[in-house]
Amino acid sequence: MAIKELNKQQFEEEVLKSDVPVLVDFNAAWCEPCRMMKPILDEIEGENPKFKIVSVNIDEEDELADDYDVTSIPCLVVFKGGEEVNRSVGLISKDEILALAEG
Amino acid sequence: MYDVIVVGAGPAGMTAAIYARRASKTVLLLEAVSYGGQIINTPDIENYPVEAHISGFDFSQKLYEQTKALGAEFKFEKVVEIKDENGVKTVITNKGSYEGKAVIIATGSENRKLGVEGEDALRGRGISYCATCDGNFYRNKVVAVVGGGNTALEDALYLADLAEKVYLIHRRDSFRGEETTVSRLKERQNVEFIYNSTVTKLIAEKRLKAIEVTDKISGSVREIELNGLFVAVGRVPENQNFANLVELDEAGYIVAGEDCRTKCAGIFVAGDNRTKTLRQLVTATADGAMAATEAVKYINL
Repeated sequence: MAIKELNKQQFEEEVLKSDVPVLVDFNAAWCEPCRMMKPILDEIEGENPKFKIVSVNIDEEDELADDYDVTSIPCLVVFKGGEEVNRSVGLISKDEILALAEG
Repeated sequence: MYDVIVVGAGPAGMTAAIYARRASKTVLLLEAVSYGGQIINTPDIENYPVEAHISGFDFSQKLYEQTKALGAEFKFEKVVEIKDENGVKTVITNKGSYEGKAVIIATGSENRKLGVEGEDALRGRGISYCATCDGNFYRNKVVAVVGGGNTALEDALYLADLAEKVYLIHRRDSFRGEETTVSRLKERQNVEFIYNSTVTKLIAEKRLKAIEVTDKISGSVREIELNGLFVAVGRVPENQNFANLVELDEAGYIVAGEDCRTKCAGIFVAGDNRTKTLRQLVTATADGAMAATEAVKYINL
């Protein structure tokens, strides 16, 4: 399953009301490290992790980026029960992503 | 046992792997994060021979595919130590350990931090180390750039086109960077220069909202309200884990000449973490070729 790109309305439903933890990848087309991270996230998604992975394009959803104080990308934010529990800025390894989401 | 273990899969490390593979040596590449190195942050490379324009992403991708196709093995693990016992090199990572006949250290460098309290927590919440990556978040906002080298000057110029106002804070009274960039910056109405000063405090409420700047000569303190702070105070080599084996200079670079040989036989260094005068993509790949050639010579002795 491909990683779903969310708008603000879907964010409410898919992230804040999710039963499982959600890893949100804030990114943009022009962000080169985001492009490097994409295949790593796809690989994790393909391994059926215990959390959901979604993507937010900050150019299209600048309000969401602003709501969550995202000012550098790539930025990964983990939500549990509608609350932010973890965050990382910059390109990180697969192991670090897993630790962030499962930690 | 591998013939050659390369630490770091940036342009230097991957080029070293290509040369070693073409000499029929087995190669393991160990990379802590993702292949590519710092070049992936460059949107447009314009000074590498043959390709007039290529993005850092495409460059890394092509180099990775070329290296992989030649049969180099990649593992994404962080190297914490290298041991040299009776000529056998053991490379220890966060996940395991690997033996090699020769090791090439190509770990590059990372952004130097300001060293002000709260900096790490505010990274991505107002603090950035890359103007071309994050400048878009600050359209019509107020930002400051800290530093005095070319990167700081180019960042300030780039941001001057986007932001309402740009402060350029430098600890000296003149710039190390290029004269032409300085004069172009001085023509900008929305750039204010703050000399002989350092950032001494970060003021935040969820995200950065102001900084305290101290004039080193007068001692006067000024608070500046802003949305973003771009740190461009240079880079530091990532060599700390190898200080037991190789010689580091005062700034932390591994001491080696153009032949990339360190003081430890069988251990070579390639790329930005070596002592040298020009740190560019083309000199990184050149180092990779040289280090691998020397490593092959060492193995065949």
